[in-house]
Amino acid sequence: MSWTALIVLSAGAYTCKLAGVVAGERFADRLAPVTALLPAALFSALVLTMAVADGPSLAVDARLIGVAAGALAAARRAPMVVVVMVAMAATALLRLVA
Amino acid sequence: MLAVACGLIGLPYGVLADSAGLTMAQAVALSVFTFAGSSQFAFVSVVSGGGNPAAAVGGALLLAARNALYGPVVTPLLRGGAFRRAVAAQFLTDETTAMASSQDDPTDARDAFWFTGLAIMSFWVAGTVAGVLLGENLDDPGAWGLDAAFPAAFVALLVPHVATRAGRVTALVGAAIALVAVPTTPVGAPILLAALAVGPGMAVAARRRSP
Repeated sequence: MSWTALIVLSAGAYTCKLAGVVAGERFADRLAPVTALLPAALFSALVLTMAVADGPSLAVDARLIGVAAGALAAARRAPMVVVVMVAMAATALLRLVA
Repeated sequence: MLAVACGLIGLPYGVLADSAGLTMAQAVALSVFTFAGSSQFAFVSVVSGGGNPAAAVGGALLLAARNALYGPVVTPLLRGGAFRRAVAAQFLTDETTAMASSQDDPTDARDAFWFTGLAIMSFWVAGTVAGVLLGENLDDPGAWGLDAAFPAAFVALLVPHVATRAGRVTALVGAAIALVAVPTTPVGAPILLAALAVGPGMAVAARRRSP
């Protein structure tokens, strides 16, 4: 792996973050109703894509059921470590059985 | 506890980075300097799937673009000069945003941001190192359920944001948009499109306020 790709990725990611900080100082009040809801939209989309996306296609496998098991734990207010471990354990068990 | 969880999800990233052909130094450099978990994941999964590095960087940057949306969430809570804000920018992540924005008191929010940022960085790097070592000695990472770790962590982050009706509507619409967009748009784009779900969420919030 060449370092060039890694440097471009790091510089690009920091530029995005800094742009948000600069914009945040100027437009914080006007953006407040939007930013309050943004995490809900982005986190749920991230969960869904990471749980069912296999590149550009959708794949339903042990991973999705494992994540669902983790979600049950999360709904019961389990801390993140527990949620992650439940999801990993359920996925691993399912694959062991299958 | 959040930081320990980030160490745990650092493992699958490290394993994947190893299978993508990154050296230990490269995997750790990404964890410190890119410091955006889902972007790093997207990058190493495209590369390990045989994709070309330029396309992988493109997809990862689309995911990183959402960090620009977090700036306005967190910056009103932070104080300090330009330098402090420039450093704070690097610590802007899903997790620090989630922690800072779930505190009611501004001082608590600021402490939560910096404490979470530093703790997560440490554990994330430690998890990366352990993951690369594990990857070098593991035949089938899938057998350990490592691919479920990252989405599960985001489920935990999502929970406080679906406490209100507007939050639940936003989350459901966002998930629906992503589901439709995954097969039809390039990697990373579904997440950005899901931001549109804020519209219906705001409509619900507005209807609640008016009689």
